[in-house]
Amino acid sequence: MYENSEGMAQLTLKGLTAEDEFPDLSQHNNHMAKFLTLDMYTKLRERPTPNGFTIDGVIQTGVDNPGHPFIMTVGCVAGDEETYEVFKDLLDPIIEDRHGGYKPTDKHKTDLNSANLKGGDDLDPNYVLSSRVRTGRSVRGFCLPPHCSRGERRAVETLSIEALASLSGDLKGKYYALKNMTDAEQQQLIDDHFLFDKPVSPLLLASGMARDWPDARGIWHNDNKTFLVWVNEEDHLRVISMQKGGNMKEVFDRFCTGLTKIESLFKDRGHAFMWNEHLGYVLTCPSNLGTGLRAGVHVKLPHMSKNAKFEEVLKRMRLQKRGTGGVDTAAVGGVFDISNADRLGFSEVELVQMVVDGVRLLVDMEKRLEKGQSIDDIMPAQK
Amino acid sequence: MPFGNTHNNFKLNYKVEEEFPDLSKHNNHMAKVLTKDIYAKLRDKQTPSGYTLDDVIQTGVDNPGHPFIMTVGCVAGDEESYEVFKDLLDPIISDRHGGYKPTDKHKTDLNFENLKGGDDLDPNYVLSSRVRTGRSIKGLTLPPHNSRGERRLIEKLSVEALTSLDGEFKGKYYPLKSMTDAEQEQLISDHFLFDKPVSPLLTCAGMARDWPDGRGIWHNDNKTFLVWVNEEDHLRVISMQQGGNMREVFKRFCTGLLKIEEIFKKHNHGFMWNEHLGYILTCPSNLGTGLRGGVHVKLPKLSTHAKFEEILTRLRLQKRGTGGVDTASVGGVFDISNADRLGSSEVEQVQLVVDGVKLMVEMEKKLEKGEAIDSMIPAQK
Repeated sequence: MYENSEGMAQLTLKGLTAEDEFPDLSQHNNHMAKFLTLDMYTKLRERPTPNGFTIDGVIQTGVDNPGHPFIMTVGCVAGDEETYEVFKDLLDPIIEDRHGGYKPTDKHKTDLNSANLKGGDDLDPNYVLSSRVRTGRSVRGFCLPPHCSRGERRAVETLSIEALASLSGDLKGKYYALKNMTDAEQQQLIDDHFLFDKPVSPLLLASGMARDWPDARGIWHNDNKTFLVWVNEEDHLRVISMQKGGNMKEVFDRFCTGLTKIESLFKDRGHAFMWNEHLGYVLTCPSNLGTGLRAGVHVKLPHMSKNAKFEEVLKRMRLQKRGTGGVDTAAVGGVFDISNADRLGFSEVELVQMVVDGVRLLVDMEKRLEKGQSIDDIMPAQK
Repeated sequence: MPFGNTHNNFKLNYKVEEEFPDLSKHNNHMAKVLTKDIYAKLRDKQTPSGYTLDDVIQTGVDNPGHPFIMTVGCVAGDEESYEVFKDLLDPIISDRHGGYKPTDKHKTDLNFENLKGGDDLDPNYVLSSRVRTGRSIKGLTLPPHNSRGERRLIEKLSVEALTSLDGEFKGKYYPLKSMTDAEQEQLISDHFLFDKPVSPLLTCAGMARDWPDGRGIWHNDNKTFLVWVNEEDHLRVISMQQGGNMREVFKRFCTGLLKIEEIFKKHNHGFMWNEHLGYILTCPSNLGTGLRGGVHVKLPKLSTHAKFEEILTRLRLQKRGTGGVDTASVGGVFDISNADRLGSSEVEQVQLVVDGVKLMVEMEKKLEKGEAIDSMIPAQK
């Protein structure tokens, strides 16, 4: 694809205009398709980011994937930190629509002090099978997964390995590079539910994130298997704290401690994480801006999930449901992945608090429905 | 995804060793040929339209190998790719096309009358006959690299050219994006419909971008001549019919193709062609004639014979499953076609298919009767 103004000049020589190039979005239902107009496209195609990422690179995944049965997809990605500035005409409205009216002038608050979380250590393990908190981090100075070169990706891996190798105590662990993993290691990581595979979702493939797989991809985890880091999957780093049962507080404590340590290790090596006071942490997908945080549980809600008010309850609690296989899968056996819907405009503590409070309520509702009782009196207000 | 020129320059901040792909698990033509030295030499180059070395090789990096076929592992983004990246592509072309040298000249012969025989392959064995080739429109970039606007222009030019055909070539264009369910069903039943590529060989090279925009199928009313627009090449031209009359298939192929070329030329759009590489197509394996002439033929006994592969090699033929390039055969029915594309003409390649398939059917018949075929094993063509 023509990625810069020289390329654009080439197209003009062939008599091709912005209108000739504008994608056909008539069958489309994603955030990008909602907002991209011909005028916007005409303006934005004129210049790429300093690293050569263009508007066509931003929107390709949304053009190739018109819509999804379970989720309203974003339909665009960032190729580098500058994407969010150079293409703000498109991305600001998408961010506003996706993140509950977040304005271009709003400021985002970061709070990784887990002591600020109230409760969260007593979700009923008969219902809450597991608890997990994840976020992403991007290393400043490198392009993001849709656009990075092999050299950049490997540099991110090298830095990550160095930083993670210096963790100690409860966080001491080991790195497993995808490309030279033994069969035994692979099986163990699958059994632990740690292993990420080459992306098969067309949402990710169409944006180029699977290039050169499995080069420079890997998984690091601590010896206790409660803290892990994915390197070079959808973001430079995905940091995950997880364990069986419902003690979300413990999960979040470990999450904050580990993350803060990792950030300081990277800073020591001269590499900050991409962050600014408007967008918070900068990640590949605009849906993950802000905290990049998804805190969730796998919870048994066979009655509640069939209740007419299920969706309404989730919405009011600012929660989201997914299948137990991840972002674009279906639920299996009445077990749902319930997590915070927001990422931007709320702090980490605030989001985990919503999950803790919301899941507690959903389990109470499930117990009521089991007994044939009504849940009308405990319907929550809109948070 | 193709990189931008800016980003290609940014990559030069990284050393060759840092950017060079890990090809240790790879078995494709690109991995055989690409060295750090070649990579170092070509990494700062790009074609006039901005296609880079990493673009050329991406599909080969992402797809280490294939159980049935030795893949090429690289693609062209435009006509100039074959010149700018010749240090990589010339050795690949030589390896893939039987030692074809950078100084060799390719011969084009689309005069169907030069074919001998071919009208009598036994239809009890030869279920269908087909000839296809590809064509690229000069001045526009190729499917791995082209923009939506270019792709739509290719579609527009193609539809104009095709709708002016008449006689046995009179037909209709069906754009993929506005096809009705009924039309789709019919095209599937006719074995005409091509689907969004799922093969990672194609998707990793970026050929499925913006699907189904600008893609479509044209076919004549008789359903014996069809053109795919904007699949793996700008145009794929196909002549096919049930049974074993390859001669008739080839006649229609040549006649139709020449008519189409004439119309494009009249509108000042030639096809990409040069006297060294013949017709320029997306995949280096299709250079030269771009021609695959083949049959679906029942060879249940011969295909399990110890000498099957040897026979195919000597006849300069190739086997595939009946689903296409990277599929397995079903029920003893094989897709048998010419292995060569470059360095021999269209007539020569179809002749090899006609003569070779005739021989293999005779061998099959012998094996059915429990007789030996040793005396029939051909010399290397």
